[in-house]
Amino acid sequence: MTAYLWIIPLLPALGAAVNGLLGKRFSKTAVNTIALGSTALSFLWALKTAFAFLANGSQPILEQYGVWLRAGDFSVPFALYVDQLSMVMLLVVTGVGFLIHIYSVGYMAHEGGYYRFFAYLNLFMFFMLTLVLANNYLLMFVGWEGVGLASYLLIGFYFLRDSAANAGKKAFITNRVGDFGFLIALFLLIKHFGSLQYTEVFHAVAQRFPTPEVNPGVLTAIALLMMVGAAGKSAQIPLYVWLPDAMEGPTPVSALIHAATMVTAGVYMVARSNAIFSRAPEALAVVAVIGAVTAIFAATIGITQTDIKRVLAYSTVSQLGYMFLAAGVAAYSAAIFHLMTHAFFKALLFLGAGSVIHALGGEQDMRNMGGLRKKIPVTFWVITIATFTIAGFPPLAGFFSKDEILWQAYNSQHGHWSLWLVGIITAFITSFYMFRLWFMTFFGEYRGPKASNDAHGGHDAHGHGEPHESPWVMLAPLVVLAVLSVVGGWVGIPHALGGENHFHRFLAPVMPAISTRASAEQVQHVSPAPARHGVSGEEEGDANKERLFAGISTLVALAGFGLAWFLYSKRRDLPQKISDKLGLVYSTVLNKYYIDELYYNAIIHPLVQGSTKVLWRGVDAGIIDGTVNNAAIGAKHASDNARHMQSGNIRSYAGWVATGAALVLVYMIWMGTR
Amino acid sequence: MVPLALYLVLSAFLFACGVCGFLIKRNIISIFMSIELMLNAVNLTFVAYAAFWQKLSGHIFVFFVMVVAAAEAAVGLAIIIAIFRTRETLNVDRVNLLKL
Repeated sequence: MTAYLWIIPLLPALGAAVNGLLGKRFSKTAVNTIALGSTALSFLWALKTAFAFLANGSQPILEQYGVWLRAGDFSVPFALYVDQLSMVMLLVVTGVGFLIHIYSVGYMAHEGGYYRFFAYLNLFMFFMLTLVLANNYLLMFVGWEGVGLASYLLIGFYFLRDSAANAGKKAFITNRVGDFGFLIALFLLIKHFGSLQYTEVFHAVAQRFPTPEVNPGVLTAIALLMMVGAAGKSAQIPLYVWLPDAMEGPTPVSALIHAATMVTAGVYMVARSNAIFSRAPEALAVVAVIGAVTAIFAATIGITQTDIKRVLAYSTVSQLGYMFLAAGVAAYSAAIFHLMTHAFFKALLFLGAGSVIHALGGEQDMRNMGGLRKKIPVTFWVITIATFTIAGFPPLAGFFSKDEILWQAYNSQHGHWSLWLVGIITAFITSFYMFRLWFMTFFGEYRGPKASNDAHGGHDAHGHGEPHESPWVMLAPLVVLAVLSVVGGWVGIPHALGGENHFHRFLAPVMPAISTRASAEQVQHVSPAPARHGVSGEEEGDANKERLFAGISTLVALAGFGLAWFLYSKRRDLPQKISDKLGLVYSTVLNKYYIDELYYNAIIHPLVQGSTKVLWRGVDAGIIDGTVNNAAIGAKHASDNARHMQSGNIRSYAGWVATGAALVLVYMIWMGTR
Repeated sequence: MVPLALYLVLSAFLFACGVCGFLIKRNIISIFMSIELMLNAVNLTFVAYAAFWQKLSGHIFVFFVMVVAAAEAAVGLAIIIAIFRTRETLNVDRVNLLKL
C-alpha cells in the first residue's frame, strides 16, 4: 500500500510558493484559502496516514523517491519514513500548525505583509514536516536548516524595527553554532558507519557496540556533537539566548515555532538517535545535566520578567530543559510525551497571551494589565486551563508528562535523586511564575491607561478603547487547544495511577525499554529478563513510590499557586519589598544573570573587534589589498623613473648603447681573465 | 713584425674616438665621419686578425664592409644635402620635426 507521504510536506510548500510569489495581488480571502487549505489538507492526509499506519499493525512506512547523492559506497536517498515517533511528531506539527494558522487569520488581520506572513508560515510547515518525515540525517538536516530560515524570517517579520531584525540575526547565528556540531556529528557517522539512513546507522551501531560496556568513544563524540546541535535548535544552555529575543516575532509565530514545534526538533533528534545516545552513558549524563540546569535556570529568570511573552519564552526554555532531562535519563518516550503535551499547552498559552495583547492593543507588559478576567472571559478561561496544566495539576495533561519525567529522573537506570530534586524545585518555580502571570494579568484592577492609543511592542494599535474580546476565529483554536491540554495527557497515565500508559507502549517499538535502577541491578546479579507484567513485591513498591512522587509534585504545584496567590493577590505590596531586600540577587536575575552581557563581552565583542581591526583593517585592507595596491604603485613609480630614459634625444640613446656595449665588453674580459 | 696586440689597441682607440665623436658632435657631417671612423676601426681589426691567422675570410669581410660603407656614404651624403636644402642647418638637434 502506498501512503503518498510526499503529499504531506509538499502541500505547504506549494502554498508557500503560490502565496509568496503571487500573494501580493491576492485578496485576503484568497491568501487564507491557500494557506489554510494546504495546511488543512496536509493535516487530513497525516490523519489518514495515521489511521492506515495503525490499521496496518504499526508497520513503519518507508517510501523512496530516488537517490539524492551517491559517492562510492555512500548514498543518500530522497526517502520519507513514518514510524511511531514520526507519527506523533507529524500529528502534533500538522495539528497544532493548522490551529495556529486559523488563529493567525484573526491575529494578523490588521497587519501589513499579510501574504508574506502566511507564505513564511507555510514554508515553515514544509521544512518542519521534511525534518520529521526524513528517513536519513541529511534530509533531516535540510529540514533542520529550513526551519531555522523560516524562524529567522518570521522573527524579523517586523523588519523595520531594529530590535526585530537583530533578534532574527541572533537566532540565526546562534543556531549556526549548534548546526556546526550537528554537521560534524554527521561527518563522524559517515566516517564510522558509512551511512546516514536511520535504520542502517542504528543497525551498524548495534553491531559495533552490542553492549554498553564497550568503550563507546566515537559514540560519545557523536552524541555530544548532536547534543550541541540540539542545544542550539532547542534553546538549551549555553545556546538558549536567542529564544527570549525571538519573541520579537508576531505572537502566532512564537506559539508555532518557538514553543510548539521547531524548538522541539532537538528533542526529536535526540529521541530519534536513542540507539546512539543509549550506548553512550557519559553523553546521556551530559544531556540530563544540561536539561536539568537549563530547566531551573530559565525558570528563575521567568520569575522576574514582566513582559508576558518573555515569561512564556523562559518557561519554554525551562520546559525544553525538562524534555532533555527525560532524554538524558534514557526516558525518551517521556520526553516525547512532554513534547506533545507541551505543544498543546504552551501553544495555548502563547495564543492566549496573543489574545490578551490583541485585547489591549499591543500592550505586553503585565504591570499594565490586571483585572482582565471579566473583560475577556474566554481568553481568561483557556489561559486558566493552560496555567493549571503547565503547573502540573492532575488530571490535566502537563501533570502526567511532567510527573513521568520526574519519576524517570529518579527511577531510571541513568537517573539520580539530584536530577529529581532539581526537577521538583523547577516544578515549584514553574507553578509560581505561571500563577504570578495569571494573577497579574487577570486579577486585581485594570492598571493600563483607560483609552489607550499608544502602540507598545509588536501588535499594531488599531484604535483600541476598552479591552475587548478577540474574534471567534482566534478563540476557536484556543478552545480546541484547551481541550487537548486537558485530555492530551490521558493517553499516558502510568500504571501506578491506574492507567495503561498507552503512549509509552505505542512508542515502545522505536524506543529502548527504560531499565529502572532496580532492574539494572537485577540484570547484573540474577537474571537478564525481569518479568514485566507480573506484580512482584518490588514492582508494587515501585508503584507506591511513584504514587508518592506524584503526590509530592501535586503538592509542589499547589505550593507555587499558594505563594503566587499570597504575593500577587493578597499582599501585593510584598513583591516590591522582597525585590528591594534582595537587591543584587534580584537585579542579577532580572537581568537574566547578565548572560547576554557576558556573551557580548566574552565572544561577540572580541569577535567583532577582531574582525574589524585584525581581519578587515589588518588582513583584508592591509595585507590583501595592500599587496595588490603596493604592487601597482611600485610599478607606477618604477616606470615613472624609467620613463625619463626615453628622452627622444638620439645621442643619449647612442650613449646608452655604447655604455651597454662597454659593460658587456668589461664583463667578457673579466670572465676571460678569471 | 708588429705584434697583434698593437693593432688591436690602435683599433680600439680609433673605435673609441668614433664613439665619442658620434656622441659629442652636433654637426651631421662630423657624426657621419665618426661612423666611418668606427667602421674603419673594425676593418683594421679584421685585417689584423686575417694576417695573424693567415686566413682569407677576414680580408673578404673588409671588402664587404667597404662596399656597404661606400653605399652608405652615397645615400647619407644625399640625405645630408636634402636636409641642408630644406632646413638650412646641419645641427642634428635642430632636425627634430618628428619629435613630440
